[in-house]
Amino acid sequence: MKSKTRERTSRTPRRTRALTKASTGIRGLDELTGGGLPRGRPTLLCGTAGCGKTLLAMEFIVHGALESGEPGVFMAFEENATELATNFASLGYDLDALIARKLLVIDFVHIDRTETEEAGAYDLEGLFIRLGHAIDSIGAKRVVLDTIETLFSGLSNIEILRDELRRLFRWLKTKGVTAVVTGERGETSLTRFGLEEYVADCVILLDHRVDGQLATRRLRIVKYRGSSHGTDEYPFLIDDGGISITPVSASGLQYKVSAGRVSSGVPDLDAMMEGEGYYRGSSVLLSGTAGTGKTSLAAHFAFATAARRERCLWIAFEESSSQITRNMRSIGIDLEPAVRQGFLRFHPVRPTICGLETHLARIHGLVEQFGPRVVIIDPVTNLSAVGRDAEVKTMLTRLIDYFMAQGITALFTSLTPGGTPLEATEVGVSSLMDTWLLLREVQNGAERNRFLHLVKSRGMAHSNQMREFLLTDRGVQLRDVYVGPSGLLLAGGARASLEAVEKAQTVVRGQEAELKVRQLERKRQAMEAQIAVLRAEFDLEESESAKTIGQDEVRARILAADNLRLNRLRRKPNVSAAATTPKPKRGGSP
Amino acid sequence: MKGTKAESPTAAFERTPAGADSRQYVLRLYVAGLTPRSTRAVANIRDICENHLNGRYDLRVVDIYQQPALAQAEQIVAVPTLIRKLPPPLRRIIGDLSDLERTLIGLDLKP
Repeated sequence: MKSKTRERTSRTPRRTRALTKASTGIRGLDELTGGGLPRGRPTLLCGTAGCGKTLLAMEFIVHGALESGEPGVFMAFEENATELATNFASLGYDLDALIARKLLVIDFVHIDRTETEEAGAYDLEGLFIRLGHAIDSIGAKRVVLDTIETLFSGLSNIEILRDELRRLFRWLKTKGVTAVVTGERGETSLTRFGLEEYVADCVILLDHRVDGQLATRRLRIVKYRGSSHGTDEYPFLIDDGGISITPVSASGLQYKVSAGRVSSGVPDLDAMMEGEGYYRGSSVLLSGTAGTGKTSLAAHFAFATAARRERCLWIAFEESSSQITRNMRSIGIDLEPAVRQGFLRFHPVRPTICGLETHLARIHGLVEQFGPRVVIIDPVTNLSAVGRDAEVKTMLTRLIDYFMAQGITALFTSLTPGGTPLEATEVGVSSLMDTWLLLREVQNGAERNRFLHLVKSRGMAHSNQMREFLLTDRGVQLRDVYVGPSGLLLAGGARASLEAVEKAQTVVRGQEAELKVRQLERKRQAMEAQIAVLRAEFDLEESESAKTIGQDEVRARILAADNLRLNRLRRKPNVSAAATTPKPKRGGSP
Repeated sequence: MKGTKAESPTAAFERTPAGADSRQYVLRLYVAGLTPRSTRAVANIRDICENHLNGRYDLRVVDIYQQPALAQAEQIVAVPTLIRKLPPPLRRIIGDLSDLERTLIGLDLKP
């Protein structure tokens, strides 16, 4: 016990010396960096033009001012305060108000080379004084220099500049401010003028790549001295809420799973899954060729979710929300009340409108904003229009991970193109899914019928039976599959006609039985009549026989008495003859 | 039309640096503290004023340590910075002004 406390006390000072971090307030970035940027140290933020450096830097300042109580100085070398205020007003940031509340100072540093002559030795003490003055005037804890490299085009003495920059970054550290220094990406180096030489604590690289006409912004933490950090490239999104990053690959497989169940919305389908439906927080794949009823099943699920008064987010890659609600009304599912009550939200979006990463980031944003318990993505295969299969799979893996971590039940529909093996989902995602429902069409004579097959459902004793899938005006119904006499699956018209034949046969069979019963009855009556006749004859015969038997007995008795008398008369000579002649064979051996 | 009107500004322009300039010079020298560099710059600009702007100048030396807000207002980055506020256009000469040639060119006192 004693040693333990001693250990603890000896460790405490070490912990206070450990790197503390300044939260950026940017969704995702704090998770990636384990809390934010290194407090009291400069961070280099580099990237190509238009990749969002200024925005990220400004968000760092604004969030710091509003959420962390850390006022900030934004030293702008490219835009003046008015321009900045206008640009950020569109993101909902009122920079002027922050300035008025003494939470922000914007200092626009401008060097006009055409009006400037260099005559002799100089230093950049003017910049230091301005920055120092700005910091002191509001007690700033955060500083942004955006982008200090502009000095290189304004001043010609590179040597002086380099010395002064080195001095500036040292000075920033002594001031104890958390600084973000932006720099333009160079051809071969991180920044065009090698700022990374001076800022060695944390380097973040932003990228804006165009791949197949779709631009995706990505962020990578190149280095973070004294801290662990995510090393991958993380896509990020700039929308009207500012920057958001999706560090999804960091989520891993460590979420808690739920044993709770949610109804699929189709009682017949629930019956196939132990009568309870999907696991809550699981992922469900619904694959099938065109027109097999994927969206209809999804609509059932959405409807059931709303009926439980839970929120459902429907990301529609193919149809508009009004199209879906109209079409679903035709099978008796009215989704409109759910939408009106705010339990169902459609997010119709063309897959080709942005890259995969942006889609991912947007879905994240939507989920965070709406807080659904169920997410439907219909159909997920449309994403392959904007990325290669491997990329789509990665994206979906991350998406599924994310949903699971959030305990969201996700239903993905997947379109299997005609002519491919049915069980090959286009993007090869079936292995990621917990439950896989396969819808297929089978041609039967002149019609096509739908079948539903529960290919897998992890963690439950699910039915292995194929079901006929019917779209009725009261929604989806499942029927037991009819196996015809020849062993073929029968459905739709064929099933109906066979059923009719069988029905007819039973009627006939019934009639036949009735007839038989009647015939039998007649026979029985006939037989009984015969029996009566026979019995009458028998009785007659019996009485007659009895009569003759009586006479015979009398006759026999008289005869017996006569015989007795005769025997008695014959006995004596008979007995003597027997005693005088013994059998010779028996006494042969003397 | 072209001839007479085009000639007179050119002539005026050429006359200006030749010494016939009677304009008033308003000069501000921004320094940061009393460093040797600041002192050198002050000495240099005083020399120039006396030699080239005989009585036609208003020179003030500003220590931006004392007035840091002015550094922002006047867009001072490098120090020392000499600003010619008048006559227009505004000119800035940065450095300790030890390069006399460039200083004079910067002040439009030499072609």
